[in-house]
Amino acid sequence: MLAGNDAMARHLREHFAEAGVLAVNLMGSPGSGKTALLEATAREAAGLRIAAVSGDLATDHDAARLRRAGITAVSITTGSACHLDADMVHHALHEVPWRAADLFFIENVGNLVCPAVYDVGQAVSVVVLSVTEGEDKPLKYPVMFRKADLVLLSKVDLLPHLQVDVGAIEDALARVMPEPRLLQVSAATGQGIQAWLDWLEARRPHAQEHAHAHAHAQEHVHP
Amino acid sequence: MHEYSIVQSLVDRVEAEMRACGASAVSRVELDIGELAGVEVPLLETAFATFQERTALAGAALAIHRVPAAWRCSWCAREIARGGPLRCATCGTPARLESGDEIVLRRIEMEVPDV
Repeated sequence: MLAGNDAMARHLREHFAEAGVLAVNLMGSPGSGKTALLEATAREAAGLRIAAVSGDLATDHDAARLRRAGITAVSITTGSACHLDADMVHHALHEVPWRAADLFFIENVGNLVCPAVYDVGQAVSVVVLSVTEGEDKPLKYPVMFRKADLVLLSKVDLLPHLQVDVGAIEDALARVMPEPRLLQVSAATGQGIQAWLDWLEARRPHAQEHAHAHAHAQEHVHP
Repeated sequence: MHEYSIVQSLVDRVEAEMRACGASAVSRVELDIGELAGVEVPLLETAFATFQERTALAGAALAIHRVPAAWRCSWCAREIARGGPLRCATCGTPARLESGDEIVLRRIEMEVPDV
């Protein structure tokens, strides 16, 4: 029933692969720290070119923050849509020089429900989970966490002030992710950001030299 | 919410089938919705009821079969206990989801006029 979206997502995936771009679907609750994480990533990613599209129901504040951090970014203002889909991302590609990027982040709408359902052509899905969301959060959102290739436990600089047991979070993840992968990070202090960059680096495709050979259903040109 | 866009896809799909078969009406549509598909069944039912009226599916019944999540060891095929860690208790291999994330149109009952 999502065949239309999935077809566009496959098309996007082919484009990213041909261009040698690692596309990351970055998801998480509102306020989990997705934008701050990307800002911290840009600060430490010396030499890597980063582009992004940033989804929100209203405002382009997140995209503006990313641009100030040195990331080439455009916003997708969804109005009432609670998630990004492949068509929206495809559309936004016309406005951002994604081909020149090493890393392309699709910063999804803050929401742990709907974004999990929509393939947007990503190579990897990353869920940002902050330390203040409750140790059992993964159990409440099994659909989202099952699809995560990596969970970034954000705002760990706050742990000394909280009664949060990271082991309990890992236990919860193990019940919804067959191969749980958790990295503790702090955008504020930079903790874990290098490990996050190493994880991304290990997944970057080698640039393809192939011609842009596959057929398009409609005539359109990518920048 | 995205249940509405799923209903839109469903309507498009059924209408295409109707054209292909020369059907005059649809009486029933059956869906499989997995527990881990991320689809809220009551919301889907409401969306269907709202959208079907001005379409070729007006009057069609919607039957939804909920498919529970079934995890198995990807190596030895043992069932994984519901709610437990998603790793085989016997061999430690990560589990695989055998069923439970479907959003599938399973069956359409249509009326095709005799020629």
